Amino acid sequence: MRDIRKFLLEYDGPPVNIMEVCGTHTASVAHNGIPSLLSPKIRLISGPGCPVCVTVTDYIDRLIELSLTPGTVVATFGDMLRVTGSKQSLKDARSDGALVKMLYAPSDIIPLAAAEPEKTFVFAAVGFETTTAVYAALIDDLVTSGVTNVKLLTSLKVMPPVIDWVCREEGGIDGFLAPGHVSVITGSNLFVPIAKEYKIPFAVAGFEGEQILMALYALVKMIRAGDSRVINLYPEAVTAEGNRTAQEMIAKYFEPCDAAWRGIGIVKDSGMQLKDEYKNFDAGSRDLCSDVTLHPECRCGRVITGAMKPVGCPLFGKKCTPENPMGACMVSSEGSCHSYYVNRRNDL
Amino acid sequence: MPGKVISVNGSKAVVDFSGNQIHAEAGLVKIKPGDSVLVHAGCILQVMSDEEADSLADLFKELENL
Repeated sequence: MRDIRKFLLEYDGPPVNIMEVCGTHTASVAHNGIPSLLSPKIRLISGPGCPVCVTVTDYIDRLIELSLTPGTVVATFGDMLRVTGSKQSLKDARSDGALVKMLYAPSDIIPLAAAEPEKTFVFAAVGFETTTAVYAALIDDLVTSGVTNVKLLTSLKVMPPVIDWVCREEGGIDGFLAPGHVSVITGSNLFVPIAKEYKIPFAVAGFEGEQILMALYALVKMIRAGDSRVINLYPEAVTAEGNRTAQEMIAKYFEPCDAAWRGIGIVKDSGMQLKDEYKNFDAGSRDLCSDVTLHPECRCGRVITGAMKPVGCPLFGKKCTPENPMGACMVSSEGSCHSYYVNRRNDL
Repeated sequence: MPGKVISVNGSKAVVDFSGNQIHAEAGLVKIKPGDSVLVHAGCILQVMSDEEADSLADLFKELENL
């Protein structure tokens, strides 16, 4: 490990840009002070890997509308509570009488719904492939248990199309730190077609500081050698094929769809929606596409795609802080701006 | 951080994280008590393998020579 640290700190070759596309990696990079362990010629860029950050305001507005509907309870992970739609957040709506519950796990909604059958419970189902598998397991449990008063409002995304978008539209990325948890479900082979098409290496990595440093070392070596393989440095959890049971469960209940991303727009086949035969579990998720920027100077859209670092936004750390966020990237603990702010990361 | 499976009951399991025990969904992977598992949003996603150290050592030897 000492040699790897030395290599990364003293690297003096051509500049390399490496993107991570996983909110947990973004948080870990900042938490472990990784940028301070790298040569200035190794530049880390956060990509569209925070599920809350990439969710459009249309979706938030629909969630708030549901929460204010009599007899409806909205359940969500904590991050989604404070994200603002076109006018307010779920937290604001709760002050107006909305029924909103924060849950640790989607499955926690089943006993709540069973206890109050006269109400409709809606889970705010955002996330990537990893969490989609969890929602598929929830639907499976609902089908089995016969609980009928639970629905999902989905904004589910898949990684390859948006990585393809970044390579095609933004460019300038020399290597990808591939998302560890997504790869647990999909398998590391998911990234092979993109690596081949754009001749860019991918390293699947875990989330500890040393695991990330090892992956960065591997990526710099591969970039310098023109090696565009996908390598798996998280073999204790990730296989080439992934979790087949989870993949089958996802395919049973969900199907690909075009999806809207904040800062990007519609990306073909970049989302997942409930299949028609399971539409009774859907709370009106389709066609939630438009997005509103609340503050004219907010740069969330550019930060999400890696076109701008958080410290480049004129609001960062001034008008926009975790206590008073102007954009979604400052709300979520996986958001780039939040991560930069709380860890005092200031690399440009 | 992985947790350790304490007990399994159908598609539910109890998983220990450094003394903090949680109930987790176990329908996406085959598990048994004692397994080290990765849990996300209350759902077990994978059983952690401890047999991969050799493959990483080989890979890093190869990378050193790039």
